[in-house]
Amino acid sequence: MSTTEQQRPVLGWLVSDTMAVAKRHVLKITRIPESLFFALIQPVMFVLLFAFVFGGAINLGSDGGPQAYREFLIPGIFAQTVMFAVASITVGITDDANRGIMDRFRSLPMHPGAVLGGHTLASLIESSLVIVMLSITGLAVGWRIRGGLTDAVLAYLLLLLFAYALSWVGAWIGLHMPSPEVAGTAGLAWIFPLTFASSVFTPIATMPSWLQGFAQWNPVSCLALATRELFGNPIPFPGESFPEQHPVALSFGYGFLLLAIFAPLAVRAFKTRNSGGKA
Amino acid sequence: MSSAIEVSGLTKHFGSVKALNGINFEVEQGSVLGLLGPNGSGKTTTVRILATLLKPDSGKAVVSGFDVVEQHDEVRAVIGLTGQYAAVDEYLTGRENLELFGRLFHLSKKNAAKRADELLERFDLSDAADRGIKGYSGGMRRRLDLAASLIGQPSILFLDEPTTGLDPRSRLGMWEVINDLVKDGTTVLLTTQYLEEADQLASKIVVLDHGNVIAQGTSDELKTSVGGDRIELVVAKSQDLANAVNSLTAIASGEAVTDVVARRILVPVSGGSTSIVEAVRRLDESKIEIEDIALRRPTLDDVFLSLTGHIAEEVTEEVPAGRGGRRSAKSGGKK
Repeated sequence: MSTTEQQRPVLGWLVSDTMAVAKRHVLKITRIPESLFFALIQPVMFVLLFAFVFGGAINLGSDGGPQAYREFLIPGIFAQTVMFAVASITVGITDDANRGIMDRFRSLPMHPGAVLGGHTLASLIESSLVIVMLSITGLAVGWRIRGGLTDAVLAYLLLLLFAYALSWVGAWIGLHMPSPEVAGTAGLAWIFPLTFASSVFTPIATMPSWLQGFAQWNPVSCLALATRELFGNPIPFPGESFPEQHPVALSFGYGFLLLAIFAPLAVRAFKTRNSGGKA
Repeated sequence: MSSAIEVSGLTKHFGSVKALNGINFEVEQGSVLGLLGPNGSGKTTTVRILATLLKPDSGKAVVSGFDVVEQHDEVRAVIGLTGQYAAVDEYLTGRENLELFGRLFHLSKKNAAKRADELLERFDLSDAADRGIKGYSGGMRRRLDLAASLIGQPSILFLDEPTTGLDPRSRLGMWEVINDLVKDGTTVLLTTQYLEEADQLASKIVVLDHGNVIAQGTSDELKTSVGGDRIELVVAKSQDLANAVNSLTAIASGEAVTDVVARRILVPVSGGSTSIVEAVRRLDESKIEIEDIALRRPTLDDVFLSLTGHIAEEVTEEVPAGRGGRRSAKSGGKK
């Protein structure tokens, strides 16, 4: 029974509904090119700031020097960038919920996972563009892929996995925020300590010892280190700890774990959110 | 006649706030039910439960024969919902919005495009179809929103305050559209704070206050329940209010209702136009200066005032839901 006209298995609907929602968000990116522009420009600014302003003051040990720092930096910025990708989806989700469009989605006989599935997919497309932009910037300041092709592909896949998993974290946060303004702050607040207390900009060995344990296990450090390893970029002060020995495996583990936890949590929050809130 | 919507014993609490205290009503197939009440009376909560957006704490709601909790997918396939906010994407065009919702209603690509065209035409949006919603007027947004809720050709339509915030002309346009839908056999449940709107559109009205159904019936039944004709008068000085009520007791067919702030008195009468002549004579005799006096048929405003002791539009503060409040009105009424 239904007035819908086509019969398809549930998974088929999940895919087609997700694509429909993703199309909405991709169209939106084209309608507000400014937002994509600033998403693209932000990592470029970080590269320039750290490569030319802070870079000289950061100690990479014996094999240091500006060129080495840049090769160390770019994989770190890759990791930082996929973290920041979370913020925009957090705001978008809260905005949708407050506008009532999410109520409309929820009152449609569509797959419950598709609204977030489509939004996160569009976010992944945006992240891919940012990663391409960052690769070009990196090449321009002297960063090179020095490892093998398979490893390089693996590095990009790992970055995309993280971007995707984190967009689900962002969606989950967004569904719990009262307004887009709060979501804007909340989406970023936890990312700053995670990205800075990591090996993104500075080697962990230069941090105070009480911070090193956190920084070693920090998923952002793992991702940065894994990316350096896969791209064949310099790894100063190689550590002995488990995460520093197995960054690639651990990063994939973190990525899948985040996805496995936050995708179901976000879908559940989507189904139960009382976004109207008014009696 | 079979019911399109059946609600029995529905309750919903938000923390300590009781939004719904066990409400019951039915909506006949093909009819319009007006859910009337001030802000916070539970109208939106009721709609959200019926539209499967919210789970009730207890009680049962059946829409088109399907339980809203157990069979939400079946319910979603036969309903359309228009909320208080235009629930469309600002950055997409009117056509893109409708096609998106059509696809999500599982129409084929071709049929989604066809349906979008039909709806744009029907709601007089063809010219604006390929412009972004950002440039639409309030009335156009609401029409598009209504169009979006009709994508799946729903047999039951929920309209949550469909005309709130619209200018008078757009409101009349909305009413026309809603009447057309009903002519085509759609069952409509609409919430409104505008008594006039319920009067115009609804064949049956359910009055909600503080999560309780305090009255239901046709507009005429509700009006009859508060009595026949009434004299409405405004005295020039508020200290004359009590005197005025006293001097009119003899011609009143029921108890007078006083609105202190507006210095207004409503006196139910049975004598038709002779009673107003008599009223003027008596007030003049008692030397009570009056600003305005008129004889009128009860409106739903009167119904609301008589049932709750306060006026519908402006209730935001906590007022004990007083059915006993027939005698004197809560002060603080604005007109």
